Amino acid sequence: MLYFLIRRILATIPVLGMVALFVFFMLRLTPGDPAAILAGENGEPHQIEGIREALGLNKPILTQLTIWLGNILQGDLGESFFFNKKVTELIAMRVEATLSLAIVTLIITLAVAIPLGVLAAYKHGSWIDRLVMGFSVLGFSVPVFVLGYFLIFILSVQLKWFPVQGYKELADGFWTFLHHLILPSLTLSVIYIALIARMTRASVIEVLNEDYIRTAYAKGLSNKVVLMRHALRNAAVPIVTITGIGIALLIGGVVVTESVFNIPGLGRLTVDAVLGRDYPTIQALILVFSLVYVFINLLIDLSYTLLDPRIRY
Amino acid sequence: MLKKIATLAITTLTFLASLFLVVMPASAESTLRVVMHSDLKIVDPIWTTAYMSRNYGYMVYDTLFALDSNLHIKPQMVGDYSVSEDKLTYIMSLRDGLKFHDGAPVTAADVVASINRWAKKDGMGQMLMEYTKSLTAVDGNTVQLVLNKPFGLVLDALAKPSSNVPFIMPERVANTPADEQIKDYTGSGPFIFKEDEWKPGDRTVFVKNPNYKARSEPSSWMAGSKAVNVDRVEWISIKDHQTAVNALIAGEIDYMESVPHDLLPLLEADPNVHTGVLNPLGNQYMYRMNHLHPPFDDVRVRRAAMWSVNQKDFLQGVIGNPDYYKECPAMFFCDTPLATDKGADIMMRSDYAKSKSLLKEAGYDGTPIVLMHSTDLNVLANLAPVAKQNLERGGFKVDMHSMDWQTLVSRRSKKDAPGKVGWNIFMTSWQSLDILNPISAAGYRSNCDKAWFGWPCDTTMEVLRKAFAEEPDPVQQKAIAVAIQERAMDYGTHGHGGQWLGVTAWRKDQISNVPDAPLPVQWGISK
Repeated sequence: MLYFLIRRILATIPVLGMVALFVFFMLRLTPGDPAAILAGENGEPHQIEGIREALGLNKPILTQLTIWLGNILQGDLGESFFFNKKVTELIAMRVEATLSLAIVTLIITLAVAIPLGVLAAYKHGSWIDRLVMGFSVLGFSVPVFVLGYFLIFILSVQLKWFPVQGYKELADGFWTFLHHLILPSLTLSVIYIALIARMTRASVIEVLNEDYIRTAYAKGLSNKVVLMRHALRNAAVPIVTITGIGIALLIGGVVVTESVFNIPGLGRLTVDAVLGRDYPTIQALILVFSLVYVFINLLIDLSYTLLDPRIRY
Repeated sequence: MLKKIATLAITTLTFLASLFLVVMPASAESTLRVVMHSDLKIVDPIWTTAYMSRNYGYMVYDTLFALDSNLHIKPQMVGDYSVSEDKLTYIMSLRDGLKFHDGAPVTAADVVASINRWAKKDGMGQMLMEYTKSLTAVDGNTVQLVLNKPFGLVLDALAKPSSNVPFIMPERVANTPADEQIKDYTGSGPFIFKEDEWKPGDRTVFVKNPNYKARSEPSSWMAGSKAVNVDRVEWISIKDHQTAVNALIAGEIDYMESVPHDLLPLLEADPNVHTGVLNPLGNQYMYRMNHLHPPFDDVRVRRAAMWSVNQKDFLQGVIGNPDYYKECPAMFFCDTPLATDKGADIMMRSDYAKSKSLLKEAGYDGTPIVLMHSTDLNVLANLAPVAKQNLERGGFKVDMHSMDWQTLVSRRSKKDAPGKVGWNIFMTSWQSLDILNPISAAGYRSNCDKAWFGWPCDTTMEVLRKAFAEEPDPVQQKAIAVAIQERAMDYGTHGHGGQWLGVTAWRKDQISNVPDAPLPVQWGISK
């Protein structure tokens, strides 16, 4: 296990290196000049040139790359072109909102999707199954922004139950924090509920046809025990995999939801940085997201050993 | 079982919602919650020309002089001033009791340092410095500006209302090189910037400056009293217009600077929301051709393009509602002292026959012109498609390149030949404050390589601009401005695509006394 962990952690280094190089060159090939954007609406050619020089954008690309890589090796992700702040500081300001949104969404998703999936599998072929699958198709098909605006109109503008927009930090009070997160999390969870319910149903149906389930029933175990202890646990590996990927996607930036509900998270920071050609911020964000993906994949792999004792590293 | 689950879910949701309704705290502090047209990114209004940085500047800093609603220049930080008979020496005394946010008095040395830094960045400031022999602090309270020859726009420059505005900063801050952003945000304006609460991309917070010494005259645009009636202002960054409109309807924000015209009916239907035009002059569309490359290096082709397009099509295509647009023959805005209709026929109507005839005369070979199309800003997105249609009817072949505004801003600075990198023509919009005279309006500058994007090269225009700058008599200035407009049309410096009005909305049940101004000022507002 230790050898596996060390090997996996070491394997992240070339992955991150390749990501870093790819992002660096991709950004330089993208049209758009940060200096022209920074100069503002009435920016004059001489002002743009001055900014380009101040930011080191007129240096050869390889020199810029060397400087950036050198700084990264010293733990310095750079300073945003726009905000006159360290990129790490900007990310730290946004990470709570994204993590909170991801966690609440995940709680709602798992609380709804797994029972629905198990129920659909148990009632396989019945109207309940068809209803759950119908909801699943709907969940996939309705764009997040449509659902978001719909819920805002009904629950916020008309009923005034929830705020239309914004994020409150946990430090502002738990209820206020949750009050602002429920609607965006509900909106965002729909697609994940659809995905995980479907995956749970398929996995549980497969397991329910196994011999040991018949044996469990033959022993006289109740439906609840058979489903929860035997079927669900054995069906858990694909469910955990898809949930893990979902978490990574949630942290990697739920841009539309963050925009519709005006949540200042990492997704919106990424979009703002891309639109502003804020190279240091984009580069740092993509490195952070890559790291999160690698880490979550590692956790998923490790969780397999808990769920299935046959798996060994 | 399903019924049980549904009942449980509805009960839980209702319980949580009711719980939240009772836990919302009430605040004794009056906080004005504002959604501006964009997010504040750069907190140095001299380093960049971004409008948001300018708006921030008006919150935190003050100016020596300011423009009022009659377009008259009034002293602001200055108490008394005098001009020598030969118009070469200006003596300006600061009002008593002006203080920076840290409690230090505003001194003449602060003014000198601030003007010097501003003049290194701003075009009008640079022009002022070309005419300046010395700018000195005579004593702690008095500044003396001595010119080497008469310059008719000294006060216009010091009262320049839009980017870059000559804001007054403490000397230690103003000594920051102009190409570096400042890191000390001390000003002497009506609000104090709360750096510790600033969350870029989320919110910008200001609190009332308790030591601000407002002028006794009534507030009028950027002049007069800037007395603050709220304790705190929060600029909340909401990128999505629909969300901002919903937030205004729900009462979560008080004021929305810029409402897209297509969302106005939603707000007009709400009895608690007021929609209105705070800037009566509004904005002006401009189309600019690239003078460096064929075919627009030929004046006949530029004029052919101008005969092809017309203001009404642009305005109808983008704004749509005639209440919020105006066809206007005046390059320096209708209803302003420099307004004229001389030479403007070419901008007001399309004459495709004339366009085709000019193209034939110029030997236009049918090479497609590269038209840059900005797709992501509501007030610009339809301009290029309208232009494409009109230009094609006028005999041009058009290759429209669609891109986001930031890419366009980057690409317009490229002097390369049209194609993947360069360009032939693009459209933009100017706020009225930027282009009220031919010196502040960047489009008229025709000094070739040093000119604004498009790089016109016209000695006649430069002579006229210089004459305007040196002319102290307003009547003579007007005559020169008329000549400049005529020259711009003859030479095809750029075209004017019509005037349009931006709409601001606010909760009339929550705030009052919203001042009229051509930019979103927040002093005077009560809550």
